[in-house]
Amino acid sequence: MSAGTDKTKPVDHAGAAAAFVADTPHLAFHDRRLWELRQKRDGQMHVIPEWQELRSLASAIKEHTLSRLADYLEQFEAQAKARGVTVHWARNAEEHNATVLRIMREHKAKTLAKSKSMLTEECEMAPFLERHGITITETDLGERIQQLDGQAPSHIVVPAVHKLREDVARVFARTIGGDPNNADPNALAEHARVTTRPLMLDADIGMTGANFLVAETGAVVVCTNEGNADLSANIPKVHIVSAGIEKLIPRQADLGVFIRLLSRSALGSPITQYTSHFRGPRAGAEMHIILVDNGRSQRLGEEDFWPSLKCIRCGACMNTCPVYRRSGGLSYGAVYSGPIGAIINPSYDPMRYSTLPFASTLNGSCTSVCPVKINIHDQLYKWRRVIAERGLLPKNKALSLRIAGYVLASPRLYRLATGAARMAVRHLPRALLYSKLNSWGRDREVPAAPKESFAAWAARNRPVKR
Amino acid sequence: MSAREDILARLRERRPDGEFPLPVLPSFPGIEGDLVAAFQQNLAAMGGQCVHLPDREALDPFLCARLGASRLIRTSTDELPGFARTDAVTDPRDLENVHTGIVRARFGVAETGSLFLSGRELQVNTIAYLAQHLVVLLDPAAIVPGIADAYLRDDFTSTNYVSLMTGPSATADIEGVMIRGAQGVRSLTVVFAKPIFTDPTRPADARQA
Ligand code: SF4
Repeated sequence: MSAGTDKTKPVDHAGAAAAFVADTPHLAFHDRRLWELRQKRDGQMHVIPEWQELRSLASAIKEHTLSRLADYLEQFEAQAKARGVTVHWARNAEEHNATVLRIMREHKAKTLAKSKSMLTEECEMAPFLERHGITITETDLGERIQQLDGQAPSHIVVPAVHKLREDVARVFARTIGGDPNNADPNALAEHARVTTRPLMLDADIGMTGANFLVAETGAVVVCTNEGNADLSANIPKVHIVSAGIEKLIPRQADLGVFIRLLSRSALGSPITQYTSHFRGPRAGAEMHIILVDNGRSQRLGEEDFWPSLKCIRCGACMNTCPVYRRSGGLSYGAVYSGPIGAIINPSYDPMRYSTLPFASTLNGSCTSVCPVKINIHDQLYKWRRVIAERGLLPKNKALSLRIAGYVLASPRLYRLATGAARMAVRHLPRALLYSKLNSWGRDREVPAAPKESFAAWAARNRPVKR
Repeated sequence: MSAREDILARLRERRPDGEFPLPVLPSFPGIEGDLVAAFQQNLAAMGGQCVHLPDREALDPFLCARLGASRLIRTSTDELPGFARTDAVTDPRDLENVHTGIVRARFGVAETGSLFLSGRELQVNTIAYLAQHLVVLLDPAAIVPGIADAYLRDDFTSTNYVSLMTGPSATADIEGVMIRGAQGVRSLTVVFAKPIFTDPTRPADARQA
């Protein structure tokens, strides 16, 4: 991973962020694109009068499920087995990867077409399988770009969001051919289509992740837009599902809450293009589900931190976070970045990820947008305490200032940020600005935003001679 | 201890303190009035189009005129005797070169413009993804108001595979530019048409459990 591969040292988030900050075009685009996703999400929220009630329901359903997770897993397993699915259990990443390899070997399989799955990133499955001679094709466009570039995804929903079109053109030209100077997104996406489809048609085994596992029906629910997950699952003779044990929900009807929230929170679209439900193999095919713990049962017992297991991986907390938007996902040096990453990575390795809970202004925006009401900024604060108590605070006492302040302190960044804020204040409806959602607006009236910042006005009226 | 027993035991031992009752799901007032219009509008936002025909008899001529004779077309419904069926297809890859697939959705969802398509309707699931274009027949009377209404139906447990499809495949992974036609179909067109013919001698689940 790009932010330092020495796993014995704390991730240098501030240092990596500084490099990102220094790159103006990338930074400006990244900030703008993610803020656009946040605004689209707000637009969707406003057309659903019961939005806040849905969030409360989603949170309560998840808390309930987590409080009886063992029972629901058993129910899910029984349902899936009854439909002819083979269910595997994995305590950790090693067991998960070994299970995948065993299934591949049983079928003498050499190629794997997979759709997006953060869990397989978490398990570092790709390098493991490659060491054993397996060729893996990431079929989601963003993941494919990252795979070809030898980089981890920088965002859990839009993995290549930190890249500009020219970067993609160069990566393709270097790896799968194409004109490095043709950066038209349509041409690039078409090139990805015509080069990836044959790999899916030839794959020995297909793999998907899971957004939800329904205990009542044994359904694996996969929400995607590109059609790649359904192709990967429906072409090869074997479909492997990799799923974290926290993906359970009790009833089919609960999907009526979660599906309404997921894509609206993630991309600001009412639903994903494909919401697919797999309950068993096709005639003549096999379906395997690997249920993975990898630290989740440990976290369930941590009084302050277990609610992070409610996460449905929508990315809304990342899109809204000013530090994430201005530091880029790769600077977190971890599989999960942004606010959610800052609260779940430390439970894997508190020393290595000791800096991440400080990558926040504690503005509470993440908590406000989270569709399952995780108390993210509270947990950030609590992790800071844990890290201090365990003596893991780096020597530099001004650490929190340095990190949280860094990306917000650069004058160029300040100009970018205030540009966005002026736009927001002028265009957001009052109800939104002063609702409980905006913790910055809660206790004070936000002054009317001038059309132009003072700096811009001054530059226009009294141009400085150089 | 097996991984299974180990994980389950740990989860039981470490379960959070307190009572966390499973909430009863309320029914929220949803879309009222013209469900067809709402469906059409919401599908359009996701990149799909709708076609209204004057009557059922206009369907075949419309499809022939629109699709042309030279193209490879496969249909999974038994309502269109003029087109080659997917019945004979045994390998999902065989649909690789299909220009247009024609299927009938079991129902639609107005809130999102989604179409319910299961293994039963698709016969060969890849018809909806490998074809370059997809035409979906939908009975305008078979539209439910919301996603929550859809999930109260038992259709989801009638087959092993169900997808709610909402428009063609799409990606915005390069600079947020919306591109319709990612890995699956490049276009999705809904034709409103009541079903007129189903073959009662054909077992409903012949191809797929
Ligand atoms: S913590 Fe909440 S907002 Fe962030 S990814 Fe998870 S569900 Fe989404």
